[in-house]
Amino acid sequence: MRLIPDPNPPRLRVLWVSLGAIAVALLIAGGVFAAYGLSPLEAYGTMLRGTLTDWKGLSEVLRRTIPLLLVGAGLTLAFRAQFFNIGAEGQILMGAIAGGGVALFLPLPPALSLPAMFVAGLLLGGAWALLAAWLRSRLAVNEILSTLMLNYVAQYILIYLINGPWKGQHVRGFLYSDEFAPYEQLPTLPGTLVHWPTLVLGIALALALQVLLTRTTLGYELRVVGENPGAARYAGISISKVVLIMALITGGLAGLAGVGEVAGIHHRLLEPAQISLGYGFTAVIVAWLARGNPALVLVTAPLMGLILAGGDLLKISLNMPFRVIDVFSGVMLLCLIASEIFVRNRVQWRGR
Amino acid sequence: MEEIWNALSRALSFGTPLLLASLGAIINERAGVVNLGVEGMMAVGALAAFAVAYGSGAGEGNLYLAVVAAALAGTLLSLLHAFASITLRANQFVSGLALSMIGLGVAGLLGKRFEGFPLFNQAPEWPFTLGAVLLALVLAFGLAYTRLGLVVRSVGENPGAADALGIDVLRVRYLAVAFGGAMAGLAGAFLSLAYRPSWTDGMTVGLGWIAVALVIFVGWSPLRAIGGAVFFGLLYYLQFRLQGQSGIPTEFFAAMPYLLVIVVLALAGLRRVQGAAPEALGRPYQRGER
Repeated sequence: MRLIPDPNPPRLRVLWVSLGAIAVALLIAGGVFAAYGLSPLEAYGTMLRGTLTDWKGLSEVLRRTIPLLLVGAGLTLAFRAQFFNIGAEGQILMGAIAGGGVALFLPLPPALSLPAMFVAGLLLGGAWALLAAWLRSRLAVNEILSTLMLNYVAQYILIYLINGPWKGQHVRGFLYSDEFAPYEQLPTLPGTLVHWPTLVLGIALALALQVLLTRTTLGYELRVVGENPGAARYAGISISKVVLIMALITGGLAGLAGVGEVAGIHHRLLEPAQISLGYGFTAVIVAWLARGNPALVLVTAPLMGLILAGGDLLKISLNMPFRVIDVFSGVMLLCLIASEIFVRNRVQWRGR
Repeated sequence: MEEIWNALSRALSFGTPLLLASLGAIINERAGVVNLGVEGMMAVGALAAFAVAYGSGAGEGNLYLAVVAAALAGTLLSLLHAFASITLRANQFVSGLALSMIGLGVAGLLGKRFEGFPLFNQAPEWPFTLGAVLLALVLAFGLAYTRLGLVVRSVGENPGAADALGIDVLRVRYLAVAFGGAMAGLAGAFLSLAYRPSWTDGMTVGLGWIAVALVIFVGWSPLRAIGGAVFFGLLYYLQFRLQGQSGIPTEFFAAMPYLLVIVVLALAGLRRVQGAAPEALGRPYQRGER
C-alpha cells in the first residue's frame, strides 16, 4: 500500500472518509458497551428510537444542537488558525455568568434586558478565550493546557457565585441564583425547551462566519496564518493580532451559547455541570467534522446533538454513568483525526 | 520543626503521582511525541490497579499484580495515541486530548461497579515515592550518558538524521509513548492503591494535566522534575492546610492548582524555557521528507 499526497482532496472522498471514521468509532464504542455488559445493538437502538421517532425526541436533539452550533461555528475559525481552544466549556460558563449577572442585578428596561445579556455573555466569553490567546502570543503558553485549566477556574467562579454573593434569596439548600424575570427569559417552541431565538442566532452566525472566512481580508489573513505562519509573517500579517481577534470571536460565540442555555432553559444560574453538558468538548468534534467550514456546522452540529441526546437516553433509560458521553466523544474524535491521512493522501493499493 | 517535616512529607506524597507521570511524559516528549492523554491514562491505571487488587481477594501478592495491571492498562491506552499520531501522523495534541476523554470515559464506565468499595490491604506510599525519585536519577543519567539516551534524544531532535544513521524512528517513538503510558498508569495506581485506597470517578482531579504542564516547567529534565513535583506537592498541601483556617472561600483554594498551572506555564514562557524543547516535538515523522 502506498500513500500519494493530494493537497486538494475531492469532496466525495472527504465525505466517505468522514463517514468511515464515524462508523469505526461506533464500532469501537459498541465494544466498550459490550465490556460494560450492555448489548451495543440495544444501546444504539435506544439512542435512535428515542431521538428520531417523535417530536419530543427530535426537540431534545434540537435543543442540544443550539449550543453546539454556536460553539462549533466559532471553533472552526480557531482550528483554522491553529489555535486549539479546548476551553469552550469555560467560555460557555463565563457567558452564562455575565448574562446571569446582567439579568439579576442590572436594572434595565425590559426590551433591553435580553440583548444586554447576550452582549455581556459575548464579551466575557470572548475575554476568557482572549486571555489564553494573549498568554500564547506573549509568553508561548500552550493554549490547550491554559484553556483547559481555565475551564476548571470558570467552574469554581460560578460555584462561588451561586454559593455566595449570588445565591438566591429563597432557595435554601440548593445551589441556585434567583429566577430571572419573565422578560429576561427566551421564548421556546411550544411544549419544548428549544429556545428558538438562539437557534436563529446560531444559524445566522454560522453563515456570517463562513462569509467572514471566505470573503473578507481578515478571513484571508486567518487562513494564511493557519496554513503557513512563515508566509504570513513574510506578507506582513500580524499573527498575534489575527489570533487575538479569532479568540475573541470564538470565545464570544461560546459565551452567547452560555447565555442561551440559562436564559432559554434554566432561567437562573445553577451548577456548572447542569448549564453545559460537555458542549465545549463535543463542539470540538463538531468543528473538526466540519473541516474548518463554519457553514458545514449546520450539518455536523445536529449530528452531534443527536449523539448527546442519545447519550442522555442511555443514562436515563439504561442507567449508564454519564461518562458514556466521554467515551463516545473521545473515540469519535480519535477516529476522525486518525482518518485525516486518508483525506490528504490517495491510497494506491499495489506498489508502483 | 515537626510542622516542616510534616509539610515536606505530605508534599512528597502529593508530588509522587506528578513525578511518576511527568517522568513518563518527559521521555515520550524527548522522543518527539506529545501525549496530552496523561489524565486519561492515569484514570485507567487507577481503575485497573483497584480492580485487580480488589478482584484478586485479600492477600499480599496481589498488590504487585495490581501495579503491573495499572502499568499495562496505561501502556495499552497509550498505544492508541501512538498508532494515531505516529503511524497515521494525526495531530498529536488533538489525539492526546481524545485519549484523555476515552480514558476518563472508559474508567468511569467500567469502574462504576467498584465505586464505594473498600480496599483492606492498602499499599504503602513510600515505595512509589522512592521508586519515582530513583527512576528520575536513572533517567537523567541515561538520557545524558547512554547510547539509548542518545537515540531517544536524536529521534526527538532530528528524526531525519537519526533515520539516516539507521535508527528506527517510529519504533523508538512507539516505545517512548508506551513508557509514558506505563508511568501514567503507575501514577494512577499510587492514587487508588496507596494515597486513597478506593475507586471514585474523577479521582485523578486534573493531576494528569498538571503533570503535562510540569514537563514544560522543568524544561524536559528528569532531575528538575523532582523539584517541580515537590513544589506542586507543597502547593497542594498548603491548599488543604489553609482551606479551613482563613475567611477566604473554599472555591478559591479549589481553583488554585489550575490557576497555578497557568502561572507556571507563563513563568516558563518568561524564562524562555521553550528553547529547551526537543526540536521535532509535536511533529510527525515521515520518511523521505529529509
